[in-house]
Amino acid sequence: MLGPIDERTPPMTPQLALRVAMIGGLALLLFAIIFFRLWFLQVLSGTKYVAEAQNTQVQHVSVAAPRGTIVDSTGTTLVQSVRVPSIQIAPKSLPAPVVLDGRLKLPVALPARDGALFSRLAKLIGFSTKPHRCTYTVYWTRGPVKYVTQLPTVACRVAGSVAQAPFANVTVKTNVPTYIQDYIQERITKYPGVLTQDTYVRKYKLGDAGAQTFGTLNQISPKELKVYKNVKQGDIVGQSGLEAEYNQWLQGIDGTEGVKVNAQGQFQGYAKGTPVHIGDTLKLSLNSQLEKVGQQALADSVSARGGKGGAFVAMNPESGQIYAMGSNPTYNPALTSSSMSSKSLKFFNDPANNTPLLNRAIDGQGPDGSTFKVITATAALEGGVWGLDQIYDDNGEFCFTPNAPTSDCRRNAGGSAYGAVNMVTAIQDSVDTFFYNLGDILDTKPIATYAHTNGGALQKWASAYGIGRPTGVDVPGESVGSMASPGSFQALWKREMQCEHATGPYKGRAKVPAVVKNGYVLSGGCHIADTDVWTVGDNVNAAVGQGDVQVTPMQLAVVYSAIANGGNIVTPHLAQDIQSPTGQIIHTFNGGIRRHLKIDPTYLAAIQQGLRQAVTSGTSADTLGSFPKQVYGKTGTAQYFTLQGAETDSAWYACYVPASATSKPIVVAVWVQNGGYGDVAAAPVARMILGQWFFGKPGKFQVGANTTL
Amino acid sequence: MSVTPIQITEEPKGGGTTGHLLRIDPLLLLAGVGLSGCSVLVLHALNLQPYTGEYKRQAIFAALGVLLSLVISRFDYSRLREFRYITYGLMILLNLAVFAFAAPSGAGVQAQRRIPLPGFTFQSSAFGMLLLILALSAFAVERSRRMSEHRTTARILLLALIPAMIVMRQSDLGDALIYVLIGVAVLFFLGTSWKHLTALAALAVVASVIVLTVAPAIGVNVLQSYQKQRLTTFISPPAHCIPAKDPSCYQLDEGLIALGSGQKTGTGPAKASQATGGFIPEADSDFIFAAMGEMYGFAGAAIVLALYALLIWRTLRIVTMAKNLYGTLIAGSILAMFMFQIFLTIGMNLGIMPVTGIPLPLMAYGGSSVLTTFIAIGLLQSIYVQARISSAGKARVLIV
Repeated sequence: MLGPIDERTPPMTPQLALRVAMIGGLALLLFAIIFFRLWFLQVLSGTKYVAEAQNTQVQHVSVAAPRGTIVDSTGTTLVQSVRVPSIQIAPKSLPAPVVLDGRLKLPVALPARDGALFSRLAKLIGFSTKPHRCTYTVYWTRGPVKYVTQLPTVACRVAGSVAQAPFANVTVKTNVPTYIQDYIQERITKYPGVLTQDTYVRKYKLGDAGAQTFGTLNQISPKELKVYKNVKQGDIVGQSGLEAEYNQWLQGIDGTEGVKVNAQGQFQGYAKGTPVHIGDTLKLSLNSQLEKVGQQALADSVSARGGKGGAFVAMNPESGQIYAMGSNPTYNPALTSSSMSSKSLKFFNDPANNTPLLNRAIDGQGPDGSTFKVITATAALEGGVWGLDQIYDDNGEFCFTPNAPTSDCRRNAGGSAYGAVNMVTAIQDSVDTFFYNLGDILDTKPIATYAHTNGGALQKWASAYGIGRPTGVDVPGESVGSMASPGSFQALWKREMQCEHATGPYKGRAKVPAVVKNGYVLSGGCHIADTDVWTVGDNVNAAVGQGDVQVTPMQLAVVYSAIANGGNIVTPHLAQDIQSPTGQIIHTFNGGIRRHLKIDPTYLAAIQQGLRQAVTSGTSADTLGSFPKQVYGKTGTAQYFTLQGAETDSAWYACYVPASATSKPIVVAVWVQNGGYGDVAAAPVARMILGQWFFGKPGKFQVGANTTL
Repeated sequence: MSVTPIQITEEPKGGGTTGHLLRIDPLLLLAGVGLSGCSVLVLHALNLQPYTGEYKRQAIFAALGVLLSLVISRFDYSRLREFRYITYGLMILLNLAVFAFAAPSGAGVQAQRRIPLPGFTFQSSAFGMLLLILALSAFAVERSRRMSEHRTTARILLLALIPAMIVMRQSDLGDALIYVLIGVAVLFFLGTSWKHLTALAALAVVASVIVLTVAPAIGVNVLQSYQKQRLTTFISPPAHCIPAKDPSCYQLDEGLIALGSGQKTGTGPAKASQATGGFIPEADSDFIFAAMGEMYGFAGAAIVLALYALLIWRTLRIVTMAKNLYGTLIAGSILAMFMFQIFLTIGMNLGIMPVTGIPLPLMAYGGSSVLTTFIAIGLLQSIYVQARISSAGKARVLIV
């Protein structure tokens, strides 16, 4: 009461004073708690929250590294990645995220809300908005499942990508005009989830030449995720060819792009990311010009002869370095590198187009006809069943038993009779009866050294030369071929039986009844084999590369390399080295020699002489006789007796030119399926390859005919 | 204290109309104006979608509020005691009126809590709190002589519980709690015995156990699931929030990140990415403290806390100096309301209190809340002015 009037308060009950004090104390306590909590949050652990704040604002978008360049032996670029403006879709940033849900009938859930956006985008980039057949494969842990539905193009692409990599960006279209990118960028709120990133596509300098060898690219499958190293979902990896074989070097290291976003995921700007490292450069032993000439010559011959396709291989017989290899029919590899359109898929899958994706140089196989005779010659000479000077009297036909009826005898091609022939002249003129005889002897008089349960010296030497075994070429997907033998008959017959009775790998399919008499299928069946009974006739067929002999052009090139180089089986290879983007050599490849065949040099010399005389005055004299280099070559004309009937003969040609002071050695193998005579369909292709190799031009030689223009 | 009749106060020496104005509590006014200033500052930095233009409206409401509080401070609050039935009835009516404007049922959990007026939607439950305070305090004063009776305690509490239930039907759990709290505060400052208060506390514990655990077990859901989630999330926050599943966990997380990243002095309004990037949910209202903490850091938060401390201190002081019981009860209830709103909301922003939709007084954007708070401040000023006039009178009497 003594203080200034302003400060006086009315009397207060002690009870109220206590209660007010309690509330005041509570307020103090609460303020203290809040104050210290705030101190703890903002001052003591502030840095942690700063980091978290950065995290929520910056999303790291993977930026695919451009794949490395593939160059030829001179360093000229063959395949390279070029940046093109593209339209992508981020499936998680769409108005309604697209998700993969295994419980659904169609596991890729495409919310209806995105439909309007997809249509708007489709109209902008010129895609159809009408639903069409759309298939996509989901790689579940229990295995891949294919789903078929009806979707417009944009939705189909999104579904296809989400099925394989749920979080990866979907490339909807590459090579769009930049003004379309700009248009979308300016209206980004109208196109949520649509990205206008540049993507890399492969550019192929050689066009369709060597397409199968370079191989295809596609989004990684879950299976490949386990096989390839340093890859993640959504990566584009090599699916075949060199792209697959050398993927680990070519793929480069993906970078990231920091994108600042707000809570709605809307773009706010760029943040620091990690740099992209372009893939390493793969240097090949390939000769671009030779590749182009070979591919063109082969294509011309196939079309001139009405063949189904073919392949060629040109390589160094000493080292196995491949100069060129090609397959026909081929395709424009640019069509496969970006997301494949339904139109091109149709092209690849149409049987009428003869499977252009098949690399016939390594994956195509068939009886190689008379080119096989060098193996028979080696087996007979090394097996000691035939001497170098031993003469065979050819009267035009070979009969298994004397005085057998003519129907049981086999005649030379063209029905000619050559009289007295030895090993050299038999190779020179490709005398069939001579080699039938050797096949007969090699089967009926097994030699102790070569006797084994699965055939005799012929089978042993075929295997030694590499028939039925992988060549080890650095292009994945090669066929091993096969050599006719009692064992191979048993194996084929087993499969025939499984097929007919719907067991083993054929389980679940319909049974295929067959009429069998005396161990031979007369009608019906699966046409895998007609018997398991091995007879001398089968060995006689094999001796001339017929019947159940299956050889790839690459294997044939390896066989002729061994004859050219004195018995070394080389490993064919394309890759020379891997160079870093700055040009340093990181890794070198040496195909090297896989094994050495011990063949008496005099026998080899005789075979070589036979091959030389075949060019100068024998089977391919018309085509290559005039070629101004020492060509050693052998034609082959394989009759294709499928179980459905006979097809047009397939043409083969294998030749080599030894090293000289001015040029490297070369071996060439050419195969024209259903092309007819080897000398007419295959040898001209080889001649043009040799012409390019030695003289820098294919020469004026008419393909499909053994005449110069 | 006895019932104070309406007085015609004598002017103290040197007084006048201006003297009245001068006699208001300047610190209380400062706290109110300061907090409104902080609010407008933060909202100005947040002036982008979806908060565009809010700072202007907030400034207008704050100015209106200050004027309103000054006007109210000039009236004697004691007159309002007579209108206790009218104020209580009006409060019930306003809260019921909301249902007339309610969106059709099934329109979602965020039920209609507002009455649309031209240019302004009016949140009745906020204004209703003040009406309840005025009415309840008056009822309490009537029964102050029988305050030891059970019936008094029960009646006052019942009078608070009835509107609380109505507000709860509006799906506004936070405001319903404040209604109950006002009842308890009136009892507390009335001087209800500790025995009654302890019994009430025990009842509250039992009720919350039933609501949270027993009732759901037998299939009766008193609280909506999101309400329960809000109440429980802060006790055991999951390691990683899944926004779609648990929005309150996400809100808590984002609030903490924003506050924490403000550090000592803040990022400044321009670089407050969490607030301006839309990461902070309800950055203009429920989480405005977090937004402010990001922009101005510990320093800014300390200033805001100091202003709230000032507000509470001055209110507490007014509780002690009121000239009559009615004033004590009004000031005490307002104090309880302020403390509940401030500590619960800031605590929620700091991740130590459950997520509730209670606005932070004066800081949070919203006309109803700002006006209600300034009316409360006006009432406090009125109590202050009346107390000083009365004590000045008494002093003179004593001196004379």
